[in-house]
Amino acid sequence: MKKILILSGKGGTGKTTVAASLIEYLNTKTIADCDVDAPNLHLLLKVKDPKEKDFIGSKKAFIDVDKCVSCGLCAEKCRFDAIHPFEGSYKVDEISCEGCSMCSLVCPSGAVSFYDDKSGTLQKYTEGYDFSTACLKLGRGNSGKLVSEVKRNMIIKDTEKYAVLDGSPGIGCPVIASISGVDWVMLVAEPTLSGFSDLKRIVSTAKAFELNLGLCVNKADINMEITQEIIDYCNAEGVYYLGLIPYDKSVLKALKNNKLIIDVPSAAGDALRNVFKEFKQLLEKEN
Amino acid sequence: MKLAVLSGKGGTGKTFISVNLVNSLENTDYFDCDVEEPNGDLFFQSELVKELPVKVMLPSFDKEKCNNCRECVEACTFNALALVGEDMLLFESICHSCGVCTFVCKQKAISEVPKQTGVIEIGKSGDSKVVTGKLNMGEAIGVPVISGVLDLMDDTRNSVIDCPPGSACSVVESAQKADYCLLVAEPTSFGFHNFKMVEELAKVLNKPYAVVINKAESKNNIVSNYCKKNNVKVLETFLFDRKIAQDNSKGEICTSNNEKMKERFVSLFENINNDWQRSLK
Repeated sequence: MKKILILSGKGGTGKTTVAASLIEYLNTKTIADCDVDAPNLHLLLKVKDPKEKDFIGSKKAFIDVDKCVSCGLCAEKCRFDAIHPFEGSYKVDEISCEGCSMCSLVCPSGAVSFYDDKSGTLQKYTEGYDFSTACLKLGRGNSGKLVSEVKRNMIIKDTEKYAVLDGSPGIGCPVIASISGVDWVMLVAEPTLSGFSDLKRIVSTAKAFELNLGLCVNKADINMEITQEIIDYCNAEGVYYLGLIPYDKSVLKALKNNKLIIDVPSAAGDALRNVFKEFKQLLEKEN
Repeated sequence: MKLAVLSGKGGTGKTFISVNLVNSLENTDYFDCDVEEPNGDLFFQSELVKELPVKVMLPSFDKEKCNNCRECVEACTFNALALVGEDMLLFESICHSCGVCTFVCKQKAISEVPKQTGVIEIGKSGDSKVVTGKLNMGEAIGVPVISGVLDLMDDTRNSVIDCPPGSACSVVESAQKADYCLLVAEPTSFGFHNFKMVEELAKVLNKPYAVVINKAESKNNIVSNYCKKNNVKVLETFLFDRKIAQDNSKGEICTSNNEKMKERFVSLFENINNDWQRSLK
């Protein structure tokens, strides 16, 4: 089975829109949404009633005010600025606490204990797809860990040719966690100065892994000059160039009606089909 | 005032709104906390004044002193340490620099050494300071870079904080020191879904907030209807405009050559400021 991850660097270039259509085009049943702090793929695939499971990302510290002698050592030694004086004792800020346990190590009176912190919810949709995703609890860290768990929850069957994973923007921990172990990254680029700058950063990050990179330019006619620069960049960097998708108002309309772009007769839908055709040939050539 | 510009979904126009606010106002600086993909300075093209390295402390092991007792390995709650044969192995990307391993080592075999994970660029554009945090590629944790960027805010001036997308720890770090949150929402089903997540975040952080709707097809949309129903203030709605999108793609700041747009951004900030003042009472 080949795992294909959709990434972009910049947000809002069209990752999820492309991913949902690719899932249909390849008739893929094994899928995942790794954008755990802003997941959206489930909205387009019209799936519902996932099986849910709590995700314990870390522990958090708790100070027992009856045992606390108010020495302040915990607050002084905490590197995350998570402990502050509170009503004559000290209190842990649960958002800043990373559960490292330094506070309990320095506490002379044994006032610090730890509890499991639910930092997200793992979700699995089973009707029609084997669709693994999760939702990070607001403001939590550990998104990389949660993404790894989402991937672990995918059932990899040899009878299925492809798995499609929707990624998150950026280059940091959730992105790195989503890249590891995939065979292909399909990049959805946007021809803006910002989009191009972000694209270069994600390509450099992805190149540290052993995988193939393909790229399509979305909303290409917004700036044809930058689109051409992106195509040249692909050729120079060994990224497979897959084609252009024009800016097309029917995409917005399709999204509004919860339809996939490749299902709606439109310039963008036709262009996207061509991109996928090109991509599928590459996937099969590789075999 | 310190204003955090947030969105949840990427590509809704956080940088567009932030850059144009800074460009339209006096006495206002720009802070790019989207350290994984910083873009604001592509618009300002500021003159670089200073570069500050961002360093985190990582443990380093003295093989002579280490007696392989494994105490540090057991104490590390991030599982960033492993003892392989007689060698200590550190998984740098998951080390949180908490200092616990150094603290628990009875042999005093661990010292902490700085490692650069990013850089902060301080530039000047007109009378504004343009501060950009950049996380090194391959690094996972952006929070120390963000915190370094925000340390450069000046209390006597206005600060506009361009936040990363999403709703995770990096967003909290970026918005935590702000006086007010401006939520930039795109009226699509994705945009709406992610907007509700950051709205929740603004509430959890206990910040006053309001909404700007961007790339709308009309003033009546999925976000405006929700806001009306829930008494959330919408301070401005920008309709999708191909010309603006094209200028934006080239890195042009629209308020630099469009007086009408500039007036809209000036009054947007007045409204934000008034609402913030009201919330203080």
